Amino acid sequence: MPALRLLNVTKRFGVLKAIDDVTFEVKDREYLCVLGSTGSGKTTLLRSIAGIIHPDDGDIYLDGERVTGVPAEERNAVYVPQTYALFPHMTVLENVMFGPLAKETNKNIAEETAIKVLRLVRLNNRADAYPNELSGGMQQRVALARGLSSGAKLLLLDEPLGALDVRLRLELRTELRKLAKESGLTVIHVTHDQEEAMTIGDRILVLRKGKLQQLGTPYHVYNRPEQIFVANFVGNTNFLEAIVQSRSKEGSTLRLREGLTVRVSDYSFENDEAVILSIREENTSITSEPRGDESNRLSGEATAVYFLGSFIRYVVKLTNGDEIAARVPIKEVDAEIKQGDWVSISFDPANTHVYEYPTLGLQGELEAS
Amino acid sequence: MAIRFLESMMATLDKLSSRPNVKKVVYAFAVIFLISVILLPPILGITFKLGLAEQVFSNPELVNRSEAAIFWSFIIALSVATLDLVAGLPLAWIISGGRSRWINIIDALSDIPFVIPTVALGFSTLLFWGKTGPVSFLGVFVPPGLLLVLLLHFAFSFPVIVRVMVGELMAHNTIYETAAKTLGARAFTIARTVTLPLLRPGLIAAFLLAFARSLSETGATVIVAGLFENGPVFIKNAKDAGLEGPMVLVSFTLIISSVAVFALIRLLGNRLKIPFKSVYPDPETRLSSKRSVNIRNGITLLVFGLFVLIPSIYIMFPAIGALADGTLQKALSGFGVWSTFWQSMTLSYLIAVIVTLINIAMGLPIAILIARKRLGKLVTTLLDAVVNVPIMVPSVALGVSLGYFWRSLSFLPEFWILVFAHMTITYTYFVQAMAAAIEGIPEEMEETARTLGSRPLHVFRKIILPLAKYSFLSGAILVFTRSVDETGAATAVSQTMMTAPVLLVSWVKHQVPVTDSDIALGIAFLVLTSFASLLVLRLVVYRGKK
Repeated sequence: MPALRLLNVTKRFGVLKAIDDVTFEVKDREYLCVLGSTGSGKTTLLRSIAGIIHPDDGDIYLDGERVTGVPAEERNAVYVPQTYALFPHMTVLENVMFGPLAKETNKNIAEETAIKVLRLVRLNNRADAYPNELSGGMQQRVALARGLSSGAKLLLLDEPLGALDVRLRLELRTELRKLAKESGLTVIHVTHDQEEAMTIGDRILVLRKGKLQQLGTPYHVYNRPEQIFVANFVGNTNFLEAIVQSRSKEGSTLRLREGLTVRVSDYSFENDEAVILSIREENTSITSEPRGDESNRLSGEATAVYFLGSFIRYVVKLTNGDEIAARVPIKEVDAEIKQGDWVSISFDPANTHVYEYPTLGLQGELEAS
Repeated sequence: MAIRFLESMMATLDKLSSRPNVKKVVYAFAVIFLISVILLPPILGITFKLGLAEQVFSNPELVNRSEAAIFWSFIIALSVATLDLVAGLPLAWIISGGRSRWINIIDALSDIPFVIPTVALGFSTLLFWGKTGPVSFLGVFVPPGLLLVLLLHFAFSFPVIVRVMVGELMAHNTIYETAAKTLGARAFTIARTVTLPLLRPGLIAAFLLAFARSLSETGATVIVAGLFENGPVFIKNAKDAGLEGPMVLVSFTLIISSVAVFALIRLLGNRLKIPFKSVYPDPETRLSSKRSVNIRNGITLLVFGLFVLIPSIYIMFPAIGALADGTLQKALSGFGVWSTFWQSMTLSYLIAVIVTLINIAMGLPIAILIARKRLGKLVTTLLDAVVNVPIMVPSVALGVSLGYFWRSLSFLPEFWILVFAHMTITYTYFVQAMAAAIEGIPEEMEETARTLGSRPLHVFRKIILPLAKYSFLSGAILVFTRSVDETGAATAVSQTMMTAPVLLVSWVKHQVPVTDSDIALGIAFLVLTSFASLLVLRLVVYRGKK
């Protein structure tokens, strides 16, 4: 039985649809990351599941039971906002005891539970501290402990790592997942950080303007993005406008601007159909070579070279005016390529994706988050 | 046993609070109370009696007096609020600028005119500037009349400006000033072009509060007015002379015009461009020099001491005198006029207790509705405005209207009419204090608590109340002290029963045979009890901070 099920859930604020007809399921003990940019409806989704706000249409089921109209305090789904919302007038222990006491658990049992949970998050020695005496990472652990001690099976984390510095964020990612798995929790973790979502989630749900774009494992979402938006939002991708020139069972030939052609393995589009070709930046290779275009080996001028630590990113302006970027691991880098050099850039037809030409045009599609 | 019973009752109430209908009933009850007890009576009371106002128009002398009284009310309020802003802002700057023992003392002293009941302030001002006052040997003597009213209003509106602006300045992020300084601006230029424009909402709020306080004050003004009349004094005189028509006319006009002026200042204030942005490097550099700052601070402190502080506390001297001349014994034994005095004191405090309890119970849901914008933006703005009406309108005018309304319910004893009048006058304070405090508590905290299994009432008891307890206490004490201190509305409403301030005004006006020692001591009792309330608040807050 799925731990959580949303069926055609819609939430409006005035004329704006913050969540638009969203349907999905989360399995028991699954760690789901909800990925989306600001204003995509992530927090509204989380708050609807928590029962803080109520959807206008559709239904929410927890453990098979319909909870759409059930108040937040009776759902057993704990919401942890980005600020953690630790109660500033209570000690760590009192914060963690709050849930059990609110549910009328005997005080001794509540304290026992709280101490056990605090031990789990390694904060038992700070039980008497007040939230403002703790570091950001510790505060986050208290917020988790508070959720755990309340006996909740579903944890709803709203950008839980957002308020922390980069190093701590990386460290806590794995810890968060480990803790959830050890405690047998089902977690919905909202983030706008695609790398965080990929590292931590069993599955990723991509949200855009309140609509579900794609739901799948990190591998699936990254390697088989079903929408231009997903391909753009997850990872670094080149997009080129093209027209299908010919197609066969082995793939298609696409014509770029100014007559350049490339081979792709996709053959689902008709001849003369306008399409968008996408290639991941890391799926391209670059060599310093003289002018001359062949299929999937396009020459152009390196207009920018960025050093990114473990990678170098080259931006190449093709002879037809299109731009392609290549991301090359540092150990494979041909050190001689400098800005202004003439290079050729190539890619494997199997590592490309082709999408239907969007109604808004490519730029319109990429700009509308 | 009792504790267990209480706990199980709380648990039941907690559970009840989860039911949407229960919540709706609580909020609806509070809104109905606000409309039917606070808002409608003052509107309906005066409207019933508007017919009486017609008698005035056949008497040109009364028309002139009424017009002049209303005109002077607004002129005094406007000039006092402006002067207070000019004099109070530099003091607020001094207080918020540093932490030393002297500044702490000035900070505490600046509150004094705020905590002394206005009747006491009136008498104190009368004596200080009077023929036998301490400045009379310099030949300075201000007889009762317009100038003395101005001096009095300047003194009691002053702390309002200082309090609000100190709060604003302390909460103000000085990052903009630092940026301006690194860009080469002098202190004076920064204050004029950066700080003050940023604090505009606070400046407007402070101005409006001082304005309202001046417009509304009755008890003290009556004492120092002599033959001069502003709106409230006119109403009081008309009531004493049994002239209902003029009383209704002036009350009605004051209610309508004060609401209109408030709305106007609010609207125009936000469009006001203060101050102009040009920079005058030379004069402003000179104004920023240490010498200029010292001179300015010196003048500020002198004005504060001479026009605000000393006239306010001058009452102390005759009161101390009264301890030695046998008046104290007379007072304590309840001899002669003192038996009525103690009855009045008991009445005042009894009314204050009842009013405070009811206003807390009925005001809390409204405070939550306003702070959490539960009814949408438009209704919240409306609710907020309605809640503020009682402090905008002169209390004596409000009292006249309330008196008519509640007396029309002939079964209502006078005691309850007094309670209802005091309830309206003080309603705003608790709601405002709590709404501001609750607004400062992130809503996420409530939401998270609920997802942890806490029911709405439990969330309120365990999260909101502990976090807002100082505002709760200060709101409650403000209601209590304002109720004890209220003179205008009480004067307008009372028929046979007199609260302490009303009685003391009649003493000062020598409507009863009393000595100056009697008056001074009576006022001292009122001041002392008022101070005691403030002391309780300070102690509670101090203990809480530890």
